Amino acid sequence: MNIIVCIKQVPETTEVRINPETNTLIREGVKSIINPFDMYAIEEAVRLKEKMGGKATVITMGPPQAEAALREAISLGMDEAILVCDRAFAGSDTWATSYTLSGAIKKIGAFDLIICGKQASDGDTAQVGPGISAHLDIPQVTYVKKIEEVKEKLMRVERMMEEGYEIIEIPLPCLLTVVKEINEPRLPSLKGMMRAKSAQITTWGQNDLNLDPRQIGLSGSPTQVVKIFTPPHRTGGQILKGEIPEIVGQLVDLLRLEVP
Amino acid sequence: MDYLLTDEQKMVKELAHKIAEEKIRPVAAIYDQTEEYPWDIIKVIADAGLFGLFIPEQYGGMSVGVLNLCIATEEMSRACGGIAVCYAASALGTFPIVLFGSEEQKKKYLPDLASGKKVAAFAVTEPEAGSDASAITTSAKKQGDHYLLNGLKHFITNGGDAEIYVVIAMTDKTKGARGASAFIVEKGTAGFTFGKKEDKFGIRASSTRELIFTDCKIPKENLLAREGMGFIATMKTFDMSRPGVAAQAVGIAQGALELAVKYAKQRHQFGKSISSFQGIQWMIADMATQVEAARAIVYATARMVDAGIKDVGRESAMAKMYASDTAMKVTVDALQIFGGYGYMKDYPIEKYVRDAKITQIYEGTNQIQRNIIALEIIKELAR
Amino acid sequence: MSIQVIIEKCTGCTLCVKACPFAAISMIEKKAIIDLGKCNLCGACVPACKFKAIILEKISVKCETPDIKDYQGIWVFIEQKRGKVQSVAYELLGKARDLALKLKCSVSGVFIGNDLGDQLDELICHGADNIYLVEAPELAEFQDEPYTNVLVELIKKHHPEIVLCGATAIGRSLISRVAIRVKAGLTADCTGLDIDPEKKILLQTRPAFGGNIMATIISPNYRPQMATVRHKVMQPMEPDKRRKGKIIRESFDAELYFSRTRLLDIVEEVESLVNLAEADIIVSGGRGMGGPENFKLLEVLAHVLGAAVGSSRAAVDAGWMPYSHQVGQTGRTVAPKIYIACGISGQIQHLVGMQSSKIIVAINKDPDAPIFKIATYGIVADLFQVIPALTKRFQETLKK
Repeated sequence: MNIIVCIKQVPETTEVRINPETNTLIREGVKSIINPFDMYAIEEAVRLKEKMGGKATVITMGPPQAEAALREAISLGMDEAILVCDRAFAGSDTWATSYTLSGAIKKIGAFDLIICGKQASDGDTAQVGPGISAHLDIPQVTYVKKIEEVKEKLMRVERMMEEGYEIIEIPLPCLLTVVKEINEPRLPSLKGMMRAKSAQITTWGQNDLNLDPRQIGLSGSPTQVVKIFTPPHRTGGQILKGEIPEIVGQLVDLLRLEVP
Repeated sequence: MDYLLTDEQKMVKELAHKIAEEKIRPVAAIYDQTEEYPWDIIKVIADAGLFGLFIPEQYGGMSVGVLNLCIATEEMSRACGGIAVCYAASALGTFPIVLFGSEEQKKKYLPDLASGKKVAAFAVTEPEAGSDASAITTSAKKQGDHYLLNGLKHFITNGGDAEIYVVIAMTDKTKGARGASAFIVEKGTAGFTFGKKEDKFGIRASSTRELIFTDCKIPKENLLAREGMGFIATMKTFDMSRPGVAAQAVGIAQGALELAVKYAKQRHQFGKSISSFQGIQWMIADMATQVEAARAIVYATARMVDAGIKDVGRESAMAKMYASDTAMKVTVDALQIFGGYGYMKDYPIEKYVRDAKITQIYEGTNQIQRNIIALEIIKELAR
Repeated sequence: MSIQVIIEKCTGCTLCVKACPFAAISMIEKKAIIDLGKCNLCGACVPACKFKAIILEKISVKCETPDIKDYQGIWVFIEQKRGKVQSVAYELLGKARDLALKLKCSVSGVFIGNDLGDQLDELICHGADNIYLVEAPELAEFQDEPYTNVLVELIKKHHPEIVLCGATAIGRSLISRVAIRVKAGLTADCTGLDIDPEKKILLQTRPAFGGNIMATIISPNYRPQMATVRHKVMQPMEPDKRRKGKIIRESFDAELYFSRTRLLDIVEEVESLVNLAEADIIVSGGRGMGGPENFKLLEVLAHVLGAAVGSSRAAVDAGWMPYSHQVGQTGRTVAPKIYIACGISGQIQHLVGMQSSKIIVAINKDPDAPIFKIATYGIVADLFQVIPALTKRFQETLKK
């Protein structure tokens, strides 16, 4: 099976703290990591590869430092890595990003399956995965929580919905976005880490890809950010005082009207 | 301190650190309470390739030496000394095969140990033969194409959960110390049973059991090296594994130190953080320096072993003794810093004190280590 | 496109440093320096600078939707499951009415499925002026491709200026594909929608970085302007039975209804009796619960309140609760009316998942626990005494 995994390097938001005095984010020394949802995509691809044989390629669009994310993906079991990087891609919103990534995937050539994480923890849009499948005109299933069966040209998957799940049959080649329920990502192995260290990362810029320059980067992005602000800081209310029976009584009185 | 680790050693450290923080730390308290063998974690460690650190490449390992083993053990011990010792004890049981095994024996046993599918254990101690290892009475009588093993081993780490045991037994009592031999015994062999699991003070995630041999038939192919090599194999094995135990102690001490400093920072009394009091600061300074010194001696010893230096008995003993004494002191000091909270099982520090104690006892008590060191020094300096 | 700091104008006030979500600006010798390797050209620093010292040059956009002026009206995708309209659609109709007032335009619902006739009146009562109805047996249940094809054709034919959709599993999947096909700007999970009074364009506000910051986004040059909104963020309007609306039936070539994927089965899971994401009240437990058996206490309280049971990551990692109940950075984000945190210390990773709750009640024996900083009502006491007492009191008061 020829599998492509799309990942994104994001800031580790668990490390982001709010400065209580200025109400702003403390961003010094924030680490960059592979988007947590993409770890599940990588793991699923490695499992499929172990079961069915084949090759898994990891691809990301980002600045040069995103190479570290690709190397980490290799240490987890990816065979090859491609970095899509060019100043011209900066400022891309999800439309331009999925367009650019599709261009790179077209250059990779034939594939059976593209796997993406459900969403990125910085943008949280969940749009790039479906965007890629739209640009490539391939079928998709989002929120996959289990791959039940893989046959030569057909796959059966479980798609997580709000109150349960759907069972969907999808032909290959196709794109899946996966949720955390799908697997437990493995830790890297020593052998993997060594391989990652010496691996060759292929880098593709604008000139390597057949892209319409008006559809990449800032000019290719229909959406623009006009303002960024920190949400109103939530402050504490009151600590209820007294013996437990009193406190409990107070609390129930305060809350009873909100209980449907 | 920068120990000028190679890239490979840094990778081992990073990987072991990740396992410690993501997989071991969250469950350490639970395993300490339930005393279940941490097979889940063993699998994670195995999948990461860390069981291969003490096994040559051609048998499925990576053969990268004792310093790497120490680094991995230390990092994991920071999170839980009990879980880490399951790993280190398997190394202990594997070394005799790596050092003295024949090609057939290595091919048969090492791959499963490298992949973590099976764990090993080393069995020399008996109820009447602790520090005085030469007093063992477990016997192995040769009968044609097999040996008949009879006797009792006790306080064996990984006992009952390991599949592969290296057992030291007397083949010729008349020869004294040269009459002992080493055998590979597999779990499930007829006549090989286990006693009850010991209820321990610390390292409770690991299993410690008696091994009972009653007319246990072992094929002669399972003899390691030759008859009479038993204690030599034991000594050489301990030389390799002692830095590992020392590393476990360093890890426990480091883990305790980190917890104590974090606690001191957030605990406020008299209007400020207790970490701003000189008394606490001096304690922390002493603890940190002692841990660093212990680490330095362990790493130096491990490097000597990796460099192929033959006689590392004294250095091994120094490393083990110093690191374990340091662990005991640092963990108790750390608990003191926690104050009343430190005494409560709700807080993780008391476990470190309990885990540290055994490092002063097993793999040769610190009293025996002192004997070894003193005799060596006297021999060398007072010729 | 390029960005630069006019050094002479820069006073070193650091407002731009604080505004940058990518930590791309640093102060070197009291002058702002932008690290182009980290800069994403988002432009957040430009308005932040009081001295107009940062210039962001954008290449004039040549590619845009032609005849933008022709695009009129606000559309709401009416999500249905097994023929039943989902409540998020009513909420969006309510919001669409607010927006329509400012734009002086109409609100239309886009309703795709089969045999939907009985729901049309309800939609009109809730704010739809028109309903574009597309019915066919192949469209009975949602599938990505046919629904995408239909919505794309409708947009191409009728040129709405704004399209709103619920940020549900269905909605997010569908609308992303549509946005690519019609080359439109799409903003996901908006918590705020408004109309810019001058430019008459849609202002879409949403959280980023796990909710740590908010961003306002526009799609000035492309139509339609598309946004998805989560359930329970907007309010439906009071249904007005006097309202009248127009039903516009549309149908398309059968090949547009063709789906390469096949829906084989729908499995409902009764496991999570009260869906965490939907619950109005959540009773949540953390490390302070001490063990899995103690969560029974919370389940009893939850039952009395009709609440869902949540959990912090600590309790899930310890194996006391399944991951599906985890609230926080790496679990679910919830915004119930009442969130009762029991034995939860309040690390930021957890707060991020529940800080938008209307009322937060914290019960923890540690007075220094960070959760008390954001709790509406805090109780510093042993939860094993408080919870049973609370349960009993609620039981008596609510007569359950």
